[in-house]
Amino acid sequence: MKSKGLYSGPSVRGRLFTVLIMVFLYAPIFVLIVFSFNASSSRAVWSGFTLKWYRELFGDKYIMSSFYTTIAVSVTAAAASTAVGAASAIGLHHMRRAWRTPILFVNNIPLINADIVTGVAMCLLFVSLKAFINFELGFGTLLIAHITFNIPYVILSVTPRLYSLDANLMDAARDLGCTFFGAIRRVMLPEIMPGIVNGAIIAFTMSIDDFVISYFTAGSRAETLSMTIYAMTRKRISPEINALSTLLFVSVLALLVIINIRQKSEVRLQ
Amino acid sequence: MSKELIRLQRCTMAFDGDVVLNNIDLEIRDKEFLTLLGPSGCGKTTTLRIIGGFTAPTSGDVFFDGARINDLPPHKRNVNTVFQKYALFTHLDVFENIAFGLRQMRPKLTRDEISRRVFEMLEIVSLRGFEKRDVSRLSGGQQQRVAIARALVPRPRVLLLDEPLGALDLRLRKDMQNELKRIQQAMDITFIYVTHDQEEALAMSDSVVVMDGGEILQIGKPEDIYNEPKNAFVADFIGESNIVDGVMICDGTVEIFGRRFECLDKGFARDEPVDVVIRPEDIDIVPLGDGMLTGTVTNITFKGVHYDIIVDFKGFKWLIQTTDISPVGGRIGIRIDPDGIHVMSKSKYSGMFGDYSSYSAEYDEISDATVEAEPGDAREEGYEE
Amino acid sequence: MRNNGAVHGAFRSAAMRFFSPRALAAPYVVWMAAFVVAPIVFVVIYAFTAGDGAFTVGNFAEMGRFVGVFARSFWLALISTAVCLALGYPAAYILARESGRVQRAAVVLIMLPMWMNFLLRTYAWMSILERNGLLNRLLGALGIAPLDIIYTPAAVVIGMVYNFLPFMVLPIYSVIAKIDRSLIEAAADLGAAPRAVFTRVIAPLSLPGVLSGVTMVFVPAVSTFVISKLLGGGKEILLGDLIEMQFRGAAYNPRLGSAISLVMMVIVIVFMYFMNRFGEGEEGVAIL
Repeated sequence: MKSKGLYSGPSVRGRLFTVLIMVFLYAPIFVLIVFSFNASSSRAVWSGFTLKWYRELFGDKYIMSSFYTTIAVSVTAAAASTAVGAASAIGLHHMRRAWRTPILFVNNIPLINADIVTGVAMCLLFVSLKAFINFELGFGTLLIAHITFNIPYVILSVTPRLYSLDANLMDAARDLGCTFFGAIRRVMLPEIMPGIVNGAIIAFTMSIDDFVISYFTAGSRAETLSMTIYAMTRKRISPEINALSTLLFVSVLALLVIINIRQKSEVRLQ
Repeated sequence: MSKELIRLQRCTMAFDGDVVLNNIDLEIRDKEFLTLLGPSGCGKTTTLRIIGGFTAPTSGDVFFDGARINDLPPHKRNVNTVFQKYALFTHLDVFENIAFGLRQMRPKLTRDEISRRVFEMLEIVSLRGFEKRDVSRLSGGQQQRVAIARALVPRPRVLLLDEPLGALDLRLRKDMQNELKRIQQAMDITFIYVTHDQEEALAMSDSVVVMDGGEILQIGKPEDIYNEPKNAFVADFIGESNIVDGVMICDGTVEIFGRRFECLDKGFARDEPVDVVIRPEDIDIVPLGDGMLTGTVTNITFKGVHYDIIVDFKGFKWLIQTTDISPVGGRIGIRIDPDGIHVMSKSKYSGMFGDYSSYSAEYDEISDATVEAEPGDAREEGYEE
Repeated sequence: MRNNGAVHGAFRSAAMRFFSPRALAAPYVVWMAAFVVAPIVFVVIYAFTAGDGAFTVGNFAEMGRFVGVFARSFWLALISTAVCLALGYPAAYILARESGRVQRAAVVLIMLPMWMNFLLRTYAWMSILERNGLLNRLLGALGIAPLDIIYTPAAVVIGMVYNFLPFMVLPIYSVIAKIDRSLIEAAADLGAAPRAVFTRVIAPLSLPGVLSGVTMVFVPAVSTFVISKLLGGGKEILLGDLIEMQFRGAAYNPRLGSAISLVMMVIVIVFMYFMNRFGEGEEGVAIL
């Protein structure tokens, strides 16, 4: 049903429309990549090919440190939120509706709320807590914020998997000799693994891409790549950033292509 | 047969005040094939889940081989289950599904031992050569066999089967019924089988337990349940029955429609109002003058080996199975032999069953009873013991 | 018995009752209380107190000065949402009619830009839309007069549509792609022409996707502060800018900022409530 298309294939005009949408989505990315090779630091005038920005990028302590911060917070937040989110999804799945509904409502708040509201709310919390506990806004608060906005995505990604499981799956595992936690580890986790992986990827993407919440929760001690770029937009963005983003983008693209090729060859093997 | 293996004693199960099992007593003997039979919601699956250890009864006790096992978790019970819709592990292949229980055993089994026992089991369920297959790529019947093999390979003393044939088509069901009976005899263990299909229950079981509304209505051999149902519900649920009001005149004589019939039943009070069951195949059609009763044919359905005809006796419609054709609207006489009449005491089910006035609707409903989850299956309660 | 220990079993079972699987959600419930609920409580407290800690509604009264900002933000967000819907629905519909392989590839292509920093992508639009930017030079080469887009509301709308279009396309697409083909065949079988099949079957069935798409575009659009700053030139501020200024800008006033945030949150929750009433049920948050 799905593979056959909805009714029949789209018309030529329809295809042209989708292609134009794609052009719209990729035009700025194309511009960014092209200007990462631009000899001058102009963002609009082409003055010859160079790899200078790529070389300078790795020597730029400011950019590289915010890049490392971004990677560190994204990886840690994705890992933590995946663990907590998957466990919560399982817990929520076993809960009575009367309990689950209000918890899911609160869970949905960061998803549905404007980022800026989530950001300033957490900012207020941290600033207010500083009056009682001695700490500074920095990597710790940044991490807490990222974990908080990532968990709902993981839950959202794992829950449908849980619902599609056979109702007796856990009982079957326990029947065959597993303890409850053994059954979770040996049966439930492997069965919902695609949802967990998907949730982890979404969480990581959200963290990498986030600017607004980081901006309000990182204080002055930690700076993510987004914050660095934002600071630069007030003057001029260094083409080194273009170079870094191009590298990131190309790596993700390469990863996707590799996954795709591997899947295809697996299908062929079967 | 043999000695008692499992005993449920005054077991009651309630979910949020909703009683799904009402104070039942049940004894299961070693190596018997016992079927829990009843409509959806009757408590049969809950009973099975109590024996499997997936839920503990709200009150009452469960004994296994003389020891109380109320709080023993499923993985410590020498009982395995074939679940409704099989609950196969889709992340594992056929071999690993079957090997699952063996890999949990302590002390650990050797790889050769696991492999030997899995292949032995593949042989028993006729799935040799399928061991590397993905379970999601198997047909319904093959998945069913994997589920049975997976539950049998740890060598349980009792196998629980929860509507295992429900998802299969009719042909395959018949084959699997024979197959299951064969496997039970080959393994020489106890099978406890849950179904809503009375034919299945009669065909396979040593004992049948008929349940309704959280209560056990009757326990007995299939023949006894069919021939001597205890009340109108059992009579109606097992096979086809005409159930009419009667009065027990004395031992061996019952009055129906103001006429006295000879019967074999004894032990009722004088003039006690009773329910009388007459199976459709026990009614003989005879010429008008020879009949004990006369009625008008209102409907005829060809069934292959016989006709189902509906006959109106003074406004009360009976189902008769016969090979003799009588035209619709024709008047016929009937005879019933004494052993074709079964007398039951009045119960709360009296007057609810056994009337074929709304013939077609009721008939279809009975033959196509659907599988539905019982309240006891409610997900949320599943793992809470 | 594999293990002849009913007593041991009873103990285990009692322990299980305590460590029921529901407990797996407990850490997150605590976490949510600390980092989702508590921050909102602080927003409420700040919004309703004056500098000296006394209760006041003055922060809300002060918002009266910014009616223009509210109006402008909602207006631009509304336009952006409408444009996203006008572009996104057909795109999702066309996509759902492609073969499975094309569909999967297209979904990846739509999500891929998110891997390039959104500030940077927005910044790239400056290069494109500038007076001497790439667009105008392209137009010049074609002999068309240059457009004055940058630092206008139009540029802000373009930026919003660009950033949020995937959030419109994906939920609509995933709902349409799930429509059972036999429903469409049934409609056709019952005499519906292709146009009627669309209006009577596909459109109503895709409504939940549209609703979640609209939510996912409108909420960030009404609250953005970066896009307006970069592409709008910061001349006419939006709600997001206003809030940002109260917390990190020159006009430091977190109590006013909290009041505005609270109003925004209430609007979003009301919005969400109506979406849920019209749309799906309990678990009905959009698919990402």
